[in-house]
Amino acid sequence: MSKIVTNNLNLWYGVFHALKNVDSAFEANRITAIIGPSGCGKSTLLRVFNRMNDLIEGVRTDGEVIIEDANILNSNTDLVVLRKKVGMVFQRPNPFPLSIYENIVFGEKIHGDRITRDKLDEIVERSLRDVLLWDELKDKLNEPALRLSLEQKQRLCIARLIAVKPDVLLMDEPCSTLDPQGTQRVEELMRELKNKYTIIIVTHNMQQAARVSDDTGFMLLGELIEFGKTEQIFTAPFDKRTEDYITGRYG
Amino acid sequence: MRKLKEFVIEKLILICGLASIFFVALIFLFLLKEGLAVFKTVSPFNFLFGKSWYPISEPPQLGILPLILGSLLVTLGAAIISIPIGVGCAVYIAEIAPPRTKEALKAGIELLAAIPSVVLGFIGMVTLVPLVRSIFHLPTGLTALSGSIMLAFMAMPTIVSIAEDALYSVPKTYKEGALALGATHWQAIWRVMLPAASSGVLAAIMLGIGRVIGETMAVMMITGNAAVIPNSILAPVRTLTATIAAEMGEAVVGSEHYFALFAVGIVLFVISFAINVTADLFLHKRQ
Repeated sequence: MSKIVTNNLNLWYGVFHALKNVDSAFEANRITAIIGPSGCGKSTLLRVFNRMNDLIEGVRTDGEVIIEDANILNSNTDLVVLRKKVGMVFQRPNPFPLSIYENIVFGEKIHGDRITRDKLDEIVERSLRDVLLWDELKDKLNEPALRLSLEQKQRLCIARLIAVKPDVLLMDEPCSTLDPQGTQRVEELMRELKNKYTIIIVTHNMQQAARVSDDTGFMLLGELIEFGKTEQIFTAPFDKRTEDYITGRYG
Repeated sequence: MRKLKEFVIEKLILICGLASIFFVALIFLFLLKEGLAVFKTVSPFNFLFGKSWYPISEPPQLGILPLILGSLLVTLGAAIISIPIGVGCAVYIAEIAPPRTKEALKAGIELLAAIPSVVLGFIGMVTLVPLVRSIFHLPTGLTALSGSIMLAFMAMPTIVSIAEDALYSVPKTYKEGALALGATHWQAIWRVMLPAASSGVLAAIMLGIGRVIGETMAVMMITGNAAVIPNSILAPVRTLTATIAAEMGEAVVGSEHYFALFAVGIVLFVISFAINVTADLFLHKRQ
């Protein structure tokens, strides 16, 4: 069933019309890739889902974004609850300048109160195991997270996120700063995670979209041109513009 | 020809660069030469920890403990007042204030820094001192507390502007990361932004305190200048700086009193130097 549905979604930055009448439906327990050239609005769309665009001055949205029967664009949406449910991994890994341990328990500490040390230890171990970092890091949990490699940092950010038990993972070009091996490992991780989460990934890398995703949406100049099964989009797109993009005629 | 010009300019700039170090070294040497002479008549221990400062009695008693405690008490009071307000103000400016309020506040803080200390001193004298006197029913309002309050105003611009700078230079991605995990704005500030800016904020605090400890004019005007060991923050005190300023004019050149004042200068120099080095360490840790 659909986890996130957008109906006639529009977004403006001031006078710039960044998202135009976007209708889409993102399925649970699948990886959906959003592709398109720079500036097409794919990151903007992603940031609608956890209302991160609210941080930018002069943003206006209309239409509907339905997550679990509620239109999250309503002004009475509890952003803390929403963002706990819909988590985000950023383009540049952004662990906090705290220890590895503190990074992972951050979410637990801000959401719950009075959690025992044992409980926290358990969360740290489980989250690190989920991102396949436990064996590497179990002996240096108190070291600063900023000392890790880029790929480890990005995995740590994912661990930090799944520690708060979200339903949806939004990933905004999560591999763009990683080398090919790092990218490959993070992609493997995504495939493992999709059993438990709904994953939406924005990427400018078409091979990546083809490799990891089940569904793909192609965006151009703020419009969602085509949305469907990845296989179909990459082999037999309906729209001429999609075909031109995936065959590398622009982008 | 072009090369020669480059060479000359480079060397000129080098001289400018070295000049400041050279002058600091000269001042320090002069201070040492004049100040250390006092230890012919009084041991360093009795000088630093002696309880009475009667420089013109016969024989003079040159113990600066009351002065050190006076300085520390005034500084501590000023720190307790200025640090929370200053850091809070920096957080407000860097994170919360809408753009216009932010500009207005920054201009206000700069204006506060521009007020000469003697002006703050006499404003304190005619407004704060009577107020302190009547609130606490004291015989005089010239107390350490009055000095602390006025000096807090002087430390604040330094603390606010440097701490605000430190907060501003925390990468935006930290804040985004915290908010994306469902943190409230305040949780993001308190648990991520402030720890990330901590070394800069500590440096700001140290520099603010450095400013307070070296301040002379305002404290001389409103702390009462009694060179006794203070028993409360509501007692008159005399600071190291005020002692030098008040007594240097009447000390006979070459007398023990004269040398003692220079030695007080050395003590101040060492304190300021230590504070600045600490602040510097914090600032470098940040980069």
